[in-house]
Amino acid sequence: MNFRELSVLRADLAFIAHWVREGSQVLDLGCGDGVMLEYLQTDKRCTGYGIEIDDAEIPACAARGVSVIQQDLEAGLAIFADNSFDTVLCLSALQMTKNVEGILRDIARVGREAIVSFPNFAYWPHRVSLMRGRMPVSKSLPYEWYDTPNVRCATINDFKELANQVGLEVLECKALHDGKPIAFLPNWRGSLAVFRLRKK
Amino acid sequence: MHFSAPLPLQSGASLSDYTLVYETYGTLNADRSNAVLVCHALNASHHVAGMYEGADGGKNIGWWDNMVGPGKPVDTDRFFVIGVNNIGSCFGSTGPMHINAATGKPYGAGFPMVTVEDWVRAQARLADELGIRQFAAVMGGSLGGMQAMSWSLLFPERVRHCVVIASTPRLTAQNIAFNDVARQAILTDPEFHGGDYYAHGVVPRNGLRVARMVGHITYLSDDSMAEKFGRGLRNGDYQFNFGIDFEIESYLRYQGDKFSEYFDANTYLLITKALDYFDPAMEFGGDLTRALSKTRAQFLLISFTTDWRFSPERSREMVQALVRNKRRVTYAEIAAPHGHDAFLLEDPRYMNVVRAYYDRVWQDMNDKTKTGAPA
Repeated sequence: MNFRELSVLRADLAFIAHWVREGSQVLDLGCGDGVMLEYLQTDKRCTGYGIEIDDAEIPACAARGVSVIQQDLEAGLAIFADNSFDTVLCLSALQMTKNVEGILRDIARVGREAIVSFPNFAYWPHRVSLMRGRMPVSKSLPYEWYDTPNVRCATINDFKELANQVGLEVLECKALHDGKPIAFLPNWRGSLAVFRLRKK
Repeated sequence: MHFSAPLPLQSGASLSDYTLVYETYGTLNADRSNAVLVCHALNASHHVAGMYEGADGGKNIGWWDNMVGPGKPVDTDRFFVIGVNNIGSCFGSTGPMHINAATGKPYGAGFPMVTVEDWVRAQARLADELGIRQFAAVMGGSLGGMQAMSWSLLFPERVRHCVVIASTPRLTAQNIAFNDVARQAILTDPEFHGGDYYAHGVVPRNGLRVARMVGHITYLSDDSMAEKFGRGLRNGDYQFNFGIDFEIESYLRYQGDKFSEYFDANTYLLITKALDYFDPAMEFGGDLTRALSKTRAQFLLISFTTDWRFSPERSREMVQALVRNKRRVTYAEIAAPHGHDAFLLEDPRYMNVVRAYYDRVWQDMNDKTKTGAPA
């Protein structure tokens, strides 16, 4: 898979891929169908593993030649040794976990750097929804409050604080919308928060 | 295929000569790169796929026919699949019921102890004879998975992909305990005659029946037994005797009876010992990570959540050891209700993973052929 193909499939991942160095050892938590790892393996000579819980995604990863390990993220990353990855990706997955803090600490343990993304709860249409007295339902948060897998809601500013607490230094923080970075009023206008982090 | 060169065994003994019975499916390609070896578990054979039709009209379907065949997950239109019967077995390869040339009598209890590693070395000689230097994949479930793993350790350069399903890097104390109950049932059967029951024209049938009943319990999950049999009664009411009251009793006795008619007691003893002895980490002080550092293959591991015989935990140990060695490994943990037996059953989640994996093996093979790189 080349960059153009990735950009068409997933613009957000294409933006994030720039942050992953050539030849890195990568761990992708909640890797889904393995598209990011396939791109990183074929175009950037990376190696690594994906973690995924969904039965339906495992064959998709296998078909892409991605090493995927079926496991619940909540069970932790005990199978991986300390500092065994250059970059740990946790893209649009963290908001679905209960033990966010524990997982972030484990990310800091097994990786030297991390890239974390999640839907920005402070995206302006979400704020408008709340002002109107209703929980937000949008393209980035497409579920009703009672059936959402997104059990943790955070804003860009919230996450900065927690990252620091668990031993991760924020190197870069971008707010994306439709895969493009937002420069003006990012915590209002970005629907996806993306953080590049380094172990302190 | 007959091998006249002696086979040295792990125990220090050796087999002076031996025969391996095997079956093949599909066609070996010109560069001999599409061979897949399927290793069998305790009570299976080289008859992996397809159907025999007996002269009496009886049908005998291959034990992994849902997995291997044209258009199946391991597609014999693409791969050349080999099923081989192990030495010590009772399905044609040299075993305890065969005549020992040195004595002119059946081996019986005198058949040397064989290990998983011995089987793999014997299989490697078959591969040599068939001109297969490297397998596209070696695969197996349960005890067959141990053989696949052992291949990746003994002959790392000869295995591109290693597929280990519902298996374990070593038996637990509980596993060994069940095996020993089974062995004791056979060994204490008066018809066993120290293993030389052939000469007496009898079979330690009761021992074999009990051994199979115990084994069978460990293949099923509590839930699947509850669902299939529950406390169902055979005759609608308690009989107040030691005959058959419950459906589960009827089922297990039937399984035991059937098994005792076709399986050899000495073979059962030998194979359960091979299971007990398998422990590639032993020479590394129990460190599986160090043990697996010899591997070069890419791995597919699959476990089933209700398998309490070789539980997902055992597979996760292997995954961890492989990951720590930076080996490529795909691991699926299937939430199937059927216990250990699930590896032989049809479950789309399971079949889809194996199919996708072999599709990729096939694709990689063809990509390499196209670019001219060595496969």
